[in-house]
Amino acid sequence: MIPEIGLAALWLAAALAVLQIASGAFALRAAGGEVNPLAIYARPAAIVQAFLAVLAFLMLLWAFAITDLSIKLVASNSHSMKPMLYKLTGTWGNHEGSMLLWVGVLALSGGMLAAFERRLPERTMGATLAVQGFVALGFYAFLLLSSNPFERLPVPAAEGTGLNPLLQDVGLAIHPPTLYAGYVGLSVAFSLAMGALLTREVNPSFARVMRPWVLGAWVLLTLGITAGSYWAYYELGWGGWWFWDPVENASLMPWLAATALMHSVSVLAARDALRTWTIMLGVLAFSMSMLGTFLVRSGVLTSVHAFAVDPERGAFILALLGLYIGGAFTIFALRAGAVSEGKRFAVSSREGALVFNNVMLSAILAIVLLGTLYPLLTEMFDVRVSVGPPYFNPASAIFAVPMFLVMAVGPLLRWKSDKPARLQFELALIAALFIGVIAVVSFFGQFPLLPLLGLGLAAALGVAAFLPLRGRAISRVPVATWGMVIAHFGVAVSLFGMACEGAFSQERLAAVAPGGTEQIGDFSFTLESVTPVAGPNWTAIEARLAISEDGGEPVILTPQARNFWSPPQATSESALLTRWDGQLYAVIGNQAEDGRWQIRVWWKPFVTFIWYGGLLIGLGGILAIAGRVKVDVRRRRAVAMGTVRRSDLEALDAASPVPAE
Amino acid sequence: MPPLRFRRNSGMRSRLFLWLPLALFAFFAGVAGYMLTQDKDEFVESTMIGEPLPEFALEPAVAGLPGASKAHFVGGKPRLLNIWASWCLPCIAEAPQLEALQAEGVEIIGIAIRDRPEDVSNFLGRYGNPYAAIGSDKISEVQLAIGSSGVPETFVIDANGVIRYQHIGDIRQADVPMLLGELDNAR
Repeated sequence: MIPEIGLAALWLAAALAVLQIASGAFALRAAGGEVNPLAIYARPAAIVQAFLAVLAFLMLLWAFAITDLSIKLVASNSHSMKPMLYKLTGTWGNHEGSMLLWVGVLALSGGMLAAFERRLPERTMGATLAVQGFVALGFYAFLLLSSNPFERLPVPAAEGTGLNPLLQDVGLAIHPPTLYAGYVGLSVAFSLAMGALLTREVNPSFARVMRPWVLGAWVLLTLGITAGSYWAYYELGWGGWWFWDPVENASLMPWLAATALMHSVSVLAARDALRTWTIMLGVLAFSMSMLGTFLVRSGVLTSVHAFAVDPERGAFILALLGLYIGGAFTIFALRAGAVSEGKRFAVSSREGALVFNNVMLSAILAIVLLGTLYPLLTEMFDVRVSVGPPYFNPASAIFAVPMFLVMAVGPLLRWKSDKPARLQFELALIAALFIGVIAVVSFFGQFPLLPLLGLGLAAALGVAAFLPLRGRAISRVPVATWGMVIAHFGVAVSLFGMACEGAFSQERLAAVAPGGTEQIGDFSFTLESVTPVAGPNWTAIEARLAISEDGGEPVILTPQARNFWSPPQATSESALLTRWDGQLYAVIGNQAEDGRWQIRVWWKPFVTFIWYGGLLIGLGGILAIAGRVKVDVRRRRAVAMGTVRRSDLEALDAASPVPAE
Repeated sequence: MPPLRFRRNSGMRSRLFLWLPLALFAFFAGVAGYMLTQDKDEFVESTMIGEPLPEFALEPAVAGLPGASKAHFVGGKPRLLNIWASWCLPCIAEAPQLEALQAEGVEIIGIAIRDRPEDVSNFLGRYGNPYAAIGSDKISEVQLAIGSSGVPETFVIDANGVIRYQHIGDIRQADVPMLLGELDNAR
């Protein structure tokens, strides 16, 4: 009964999406301020649809919780003996379930938009909801026609076939839904952009409606990428924190577009400039999310992240991609010429700096996109290539370095037009930090260029992030400004971690006999023993390493080389020792013929700052949302009070006797 | 001097510019669509190709036939090295193909993986014996050393004892001329 309720809810939600499209489209035909009577159904349709889609997801969650083995998806992805937490997270640990989560969040955001957003003109709102319904309908069709999560087995299975042991990890259970919610937030930005473009309402009030969605999506993407990077760092056992893998790039590209969009939408809200550009980025950001889904799910690219791939589903997503993105770009090409550019501004102004960095971000996005798709292109000619850090790092740095410098200065500039001469002190300080740090560090040794530049930029940016607060009463600084300061500071922190990891990491690969001691930096490590250990579905060789810093009290680390048997898979479980100023990262390798073991140990100074920075960036985004919402609520209350007072005054006027002449 | 201003976009050129995103996207969709329809060839050539066989000398796997060693592969002509086992069902399926290859004058040296002499003997009695020699690899030592991970697998070894080709899985009828071709190439 449970799966049938879920399936019925899904079909009904799809039907409501059709109603939402039709009703929203009628809103477009309204003329002269008249609201078309058929247009009133769009909002309720979106709200009820949200309830139904969430209900469908809850039904699947319930089926996983009770391990209903008559459902194919549960039987092939779960197991009655699994811990409850992993039973629940198993709901979206597979293709069908994750797509259902996707449409659930999509419908929920559409419903929230319909329920709470009253600032837009009804025509624009109708068009937006029509687009949102159109996007949702495609994914309902995808679920119902090619990936039905509620499919029953003809005969219930006796027991489930479990979940990939690698996926039984709390971090990994939370990381995909976070990214998904981010992608879906961008779908609302997309719908709003299309709605505004269709009704020619690209203006600051539209930007203010769009901004919290972009910010929210951007925060979720930031946190999702940060978590994903840390997961790859400790789980893959290669000591790296970013591999430029297609799946990682698939999450980075929407983030780059969303970062550009977030800044551009702020310019539109504050200054009524960059209209076309904002619309373009709105379409681009969602395109990148869908492209990511396509690349990950279709298997056209080979990746270290092995997903179950299916060319037929890939074709379906590609068709959806063509419909939405192709359609959106067509409308953009036809309509954008009619949208005036908005207010003008000088090159040396805050808008100018934002435009420059928007272009830089787009250039980096283009580089990542090209590098990710290049293997696809060459495979057409049967040439297999793998594009890696030697391309991505320098190519993106060409644009990232000027971007970070402008980022340090931009927030100090005034809107519209500013004279750089006004900022002599700040500019001198930033330049001195940048050049000074590079000079001092290169005095102490030979380091690669990029980490060196990174250190200089991190120092300059870390100080510059706080300069907008200079000369202001700290208690009166708006929350949103604090958000910007903290997010920019987070970028500097993250950059500092990356640069330190790149410049100062030490690596020691040694063949150690049990009892032997080796040295790395200030640490000495002793291989106490190597013993076989067993887990529920794996066996492993575990090394006991006694690590001692400067001859102090030893700490035990236990890296493992694990072998899973179902499915057979060998993994390297790293062991980490975290200090405030870095991490010691240990993995165990093979045994040499003479009985010694390969032990690989890295000392990575300040590597944790990469992820602390990511968290700070996310926190900055949350503060920015809080600040905007606070201002909005206050404004709305003021307007409401004004209305009440006006009607009171009118009532008073009417009641009071007309004064005699 | 008045401050420098961004020029307002206008005219035909900027109109055409607006179509650029669509053009780029259409190009991507075309490539991706084409690639989706292509069969994905996940074949990865073994890194052992071009490597000499490691030194090895295995005990005979069955009475009446010599054991296998590297010396068998050196000199004269290219040979086939067949990794198999009596307990392996696809090996039964490939037995007639091995006989056909032998009939063409190919010398086949077998390595029986984790096998017992009486089982090997039964297998040869029932499905025929195409082998010039069979070594017994009780712990998959040689199998792993030459980069084989399953049974059956067949390697083309040239007259200098260098691995020239690796065939994974059982030999089907269609593979016989292909293997003969590879043996020719290895000359």
